[in-house]
Parts: sequence; structure tokens; C-alpha cells
Amino acid sequence: MDARNEKRTLEQLVEREYAHGFVSDVDAELAPKGLSEDIVRFISAKKGEPEWLLDWRLKAFRRWQQMPEPKWALVKYPPIDYQDIHYYAAPKKKDGPKSLDEVDPELLKTYDKLGVPLHERAILAGVAVDAVFDSVSVATTYKAKLAEVGILFCSFSEAVKEHPELVRKYLGSVVPVGDNYFAALNSAVFSDGSFVFIPKGVRCPMELSTYFRINAANTGQFERTLIIADEGAHVSYLEGCTAPKRDENQLHAAVVELVAHDDAVIKYSTVQNWYPGDKEGRGGIYNFVTKRGKCAGRRAKISWTQVETGSAITWKYPSCILLGDDSVGEFYSVALTNNFQQADTGTKMIHIGKRTRSTIVSKGISAGHGQNTYRGLVRISEGAEGARSYAQCDSLLLGDQCGAHTFPYLQVKNDTATVEHEATTSKIGEDQLFYCQQRGLTAEDAVSMIVTGFCKEVLRELPMEFAVEAHKLLGVSLEGSVG
Amino acid sequence: MLEIRNLHARVGDHDILKGLSLTVNPGEVHAIMGPNGSGKSTLAHVLAGREGYEITEGEVVFEGRNLLELAPELRARAGVFLAFQYPVEIPGIGNAYFLRTAANAIRQARGLEELDAADFLRVMREKLKLVKLDEKMMQRSVNDGFSGGEKKRNEILQMALLEPKLAILDETDSGLDIDALKIVGDGVTALRSPARSFIVITHYQRLLDHITPDFVHVLYQGRIVESGDASLALELEKHGYGWLEKAPAR
Repeated sequence: MDARNEKRTLEQLVEREYAHGFVSDVDAELAPKGLSEDIVRFISAKKGEPEWLLDWRLKAFRRWQQMPEPKWALVKYPPIDYQDIHYYAAPKKKDGPKSLDEVDPELLKTYDKLGVPLHERAILAGVAVDAVFDSVSVATTYKAKLAEVGILFCSFSEAVKEHPELVRKYLGSVVPVGDNYFAALNSAVFSDGSFVFIPKGVRCPMELSTYFRINAANTGQFERTLIIADEGAHVSYLEGCTAPKRDENQLHAAVVELVAHDDAVIKYSTVQNWYPGDKEGRGGIYNFVTKRGKCAGRRAKISWTQVETGSAITWKYPSCILLGDDSVGEFYSVALTNNFQQADTGTKMIHIGKRTRSTIVSKGISAGHGQNTYRGLVRISEGAEGARSYAQCDSLLLGDQCGAHTFPYLQVKNDTATVEHEATTSKIGEDQLFYCQQRGLTAEDAVSMIVTGFCKEVLRELPMEFAVEAHKLLGVSLEGSVG
Repeated sequence: MLEIRNLHARVGDHDILKGLSLTVNPGEVHAIMGPNGSGKSTLAHVLAGREGYEITEGEVVFEGRNLLELAPELRARAGVFLAFQYPVEIPGIGNAYFLRTAANAIRQARGLEELDAADFLRVMREKLKLVKLDEKMMQRSVNDGFSGGEKKRNEILQMALLEPKLAILDETDSGLDIDALKIVGDGVTALRSPARSFIVITHYQRLLDHITPDFVHVLYQGRIVESGDASLALELEKHGYGWLEKAPAR
């Protein structure tokens, strides 16, 4: 890097930090533990937010106080003390490792297996960001390219400052502040996240966030994402990362809202690999996420694809409100639980418009003592003439200590609708394993191959490079589950 | 090449192999015949390393190594191939991908370079002719929706690709019509070489019309009770296995 570029990169870096509202003298700042109106005000003030957003947060907080924590999911965990959590902390860069040499070699080995590019490993492992100039400038280059076609893509905080009218119009329009316990909590204290706006008729020229893993790395435990596709716009958004991230927050409660207008298409792909806890089930992330998309316009389409291999507890139901006539909702999911992981995940497809269609393909894999639940709702409203829904839920068991459960809920209020639900549960066969081994594959490679085959219908929905990583991730996540 | 000495194997409380001995030299084709329940498939599974069998006595030496100590994949890599009586389906995994993965695992163990997709395709096309399988079959999932005959031909295709030193055919003729039987038999015959040995396990003589064995052994109640040349198979075909019940076990 020559001196001029280096200077520019440095400037960009400084600007970026400023934009996020962190200056050096508040670096070590931490809100006192606990949650109260004062804390909500403190967070909002720290982020320099306008009055309306503070009011919105306070409304959410008051709703949250009235709500009981939901207990219906098939997951067990000790009570969470919400007053024992810091709801605001400036990034603690100085605590992180100074270079890759100081990072746990086990973590590096995993990155290696997953094929994570070298320059990203440092960021993921939490190495101080000064070491990774190149990636930051790459990100900036792509951002400029998006701006040329009028796409807005920035952090949530930045959007509040730069595009307040859009944020105000759409924030909470799909997931209202009082939607559920964890969404209300997120609305009160959310830290940051991503904002995307694709203008009318624009097809986003690249997979969003492929080059922006860095931006997502420090958004913290209460992430907020808002994606809007205007009429005829197309966007494919990738969230998360196959590599396990260093994270000390146990509770994660994110909210994602998608809005698709007439003829717009939003494809949202997630690979979630938060720390799942150790082999005895100690530690691990609790992931309570609310993801919902609204097909507001006619012929709009929202497609969710998720590969969930991480977290001790996953509570997540990416959903579609099919409001516009002829709109389409899709949900493709792979959820893998190993050791003592628990996942209760699925979707909700709410058919309101005429001739709306939904497709659900869910693949649950349980190994070790893992518990895997599919929970899905298909609701056909009275006005949804000719609506169609197809759901397929398959479970694969490895060993006899794990469990798979399926809870489909069907509510059909229009008799012109067609609703199908299929479910299967199978065990990975000793004969399949032996067959592969007899052809020279190790037991672990054989399991990985059989599981990949089982998940094929979902994996092929992922963007190409994500699919390759997801394939490797399934293999790594199942290590030690056989033999 | 293969030396089986006084092999005893059991499943649960049932003794199945009760002192089986067999020597197979390079290039030889041994047919093992016998009535149902005599231990034919158990022998195939024990040699390939399937779980669930307890070896209570005896030893198996393959090219100077104790075969029974090796994991199944290590036996495969050492050159032992089993053509399954019931080939297993693996949904979602393309046949060509599976075969290439297997071929490369074995090539790697032999210190050979891995085949890339293009190289593999060339080799595969060559071998497909041998078993008269359509290339389209290779895009389908492993054995998924294959007919009985297609599955067995797919086994022979795998054998051709993996180039084993010792191939064990476990009732490969079962469920085959006459045409498929000929294709399988001719395929095996084409793969005979001075360095490759075969153990052909079969219930009937008919496969041996296409694969002429050097030796025929009769397995009965877990032991080899009679050995001879190819003519023994014809005798068995004529007289059935009923005489065994009267004959004293050797």
C-alpha cells in the first residue's frame, strides 16, 4: 500500500469510527447493569438519536415491562436475569488479541477447515481492527459502487442520521414494538445493525454483505436490520458467517424487518454459527430472533434461507406476511443441533392476498444430545382466494440420545386454498455409513456427505460461495458425533 | 495375497463361521457357494469390516497385514472391495460425485494424484462402457431409484473405478435377469488380471457361466466342506445342496 492510499484508508477508518459515535474518550464506557427508562434514554443519547426514536424505544420498553417471557418453545434454559446485563458498552478493542499469534489455535484450525480468507480471520477472532486496513478499503470500494445505482446500504445508526424519513416510515412496520417479548426488548435497547434501501426498478448488482462481514462483526447482541425493496427491485442479502465469532454476550435478541413492494424480490440468506457451548453443554449463545418480511405489494417475493448450526439455544421463526395479491413466501431451513444444543425454529406464512403462495422446506439434524424442533404456522385468511402452501419437514437423527419434534399449525379460513404438509423422520443408517466406508471414506466424511445429501434442497437455495462454506460447516459441526 | 486361518465369527449368541480357512493367491478367482445360512454373506462382511460381528478365533492376513485390525475405510484403501448384495441408497448425493470422492480417497492412500472433475469424467466414461450404463445415471443420486440390475452394474462400475486388489462379490447375481447377468459377468471377466483376485459368493452356478472360477468351495455350517475346480459348481447345480446334510463335516 503506498503512502497516499494508506493515509486515505486511515481517514476512512477514523470517519467510520466517528460515524458509529465512538470517540476515544468513551472507549471504555459501559452502562451500569440493568434495564430501566434511564438506560434506554442513556443509549439513545449516546447514539445521538432524534426525539421520535427515543419515544419509540420508550414505548417498546414500557410494552416489554408488561410482557411475560414466552415459555411455549421446546427449549430449556436457566432463568435469564435481565437486570444483570449491560445494555450499552463501547467496543473494548484493547481487550482483544493484538494479532493472530495470540488467538486460540483451535479457533484458527476451524477457520482453516472452513476456508475463511486470511484477512477475515483476524477480524472474526477479534483482533484490533488496525491490523486489517485492506478489508476496510475493499468494503468502501463496494459501497461506492452501490451508491452509483442509488442503493442505500449502511449501518442502522448511520441511516437514522442520513435517511431519517425512511427509517421512521418503515421501522416497526413489520415487527411492531409490542410484537413479542424479545422483539420488544430489542426495540428498546437495539445497538446497531444494517439498513438497505433498493430504489424502484434496481437490481442490486452484488450479493449484499459478502464483502461486509466486518461491518456486522461489532453490532453487538441486539441487532436491528431493515431492508426495503421498492417496486420491481431485487436484492440478495447474506447475513452472518460460517466462522465462529468471538463473542462474550450470552443473550442475543435480533430483529430483522423486510418490506417488498410490487414485483420486488428479497432473498435473505443466513448462516448462523454462534458459539454453541462445549461438549457438556456449558456456555453458548441464547439466540432469540424475530425475523419477518412483508410482501406489501402485488407479486412481491420474499425468500428466507437459513443454515443454523450454532448457538446453545435457537428460537427463530423467519416469517412472511403475504399481503399483496399473487405474492410469494419461501422458507428453506437447515438446523443442526449437536452435543446439548436446542433449536426451536420454523416459520409463519400468513396468506392474506389472493393467490398467494408459500413453500416451506425444513431439514432438522440432531446429533449427540441435541434437540431439534420444527414449529410452523400456515394461516390462510378469509380473503386469500386460491392460496397455496406446501410444507415439507424432514428430520435426521444421528445416534439415540437426540430428539426431533415437528409442530405444524394449519389455520385455513378459505376453502379455495390448497395446503399440503409432509413430514419424515429417519435415522442415519449404519448401512449407509458402512457403504461409504467400504468405498474408502472415513466415518466422519461419510456422515458429512449423507447430511449434505439430506440438506441438498436447502443448500442449493444459498448463493454459490455461501453454499460451499455451509457444506464445510455442516461437516465441522458434526465432528465427534460418530465413531 | 489373502490368508484366512481357522476363522470363527459370531453375531450375538449365534456362531456363524466355525473354523473357515481359505488361501487366495494373486490373480485367482474363488467361487464360494453354499445353501442359505451357511455363512457366505457373513464372510463377505467380516472381510470388509462391517460392525456387529465378533471374531472369536482365527486370523485374516491380507498382503502381510492383519486385516481384522483395520477400520473398513483402511481395508478399502488397502485394496479390498466389496460389491454389495443390497447396494445402499444415498439421497441427494450425485453418483458421479460419490464415485469421484471414493476414487480420490483411495488414490490418495496409494500416493497417486487426485483426479479433477474433467479427468474423472474421462475415466468414468471409459468404465461406463464396460457395464453398459448410461452417463445420465451418474447425475442421479447414489442408487436412488435405480432398478436392481442398475444397482448391481453400478457396483461393478465402482469396482472398475477403484481398481481393488481383492474384489469380493456378494451374491451379485441375485435379482438379475439374463442380460444383466451377462453384463456383470463380462464386466468382471474384463477386470481379471494377474494382480487382482476375486472371491465370488453365489448361490447358483449361473453367474459362473460368465466368470470361470479357478476354484470352487462349498461353504456349509460355517466351514468349507468341499473344494474343487469349476466342475464342482456344475455338480452342485445338478445335485443341489441336500447331500451336504449327510456328508460328515471335514
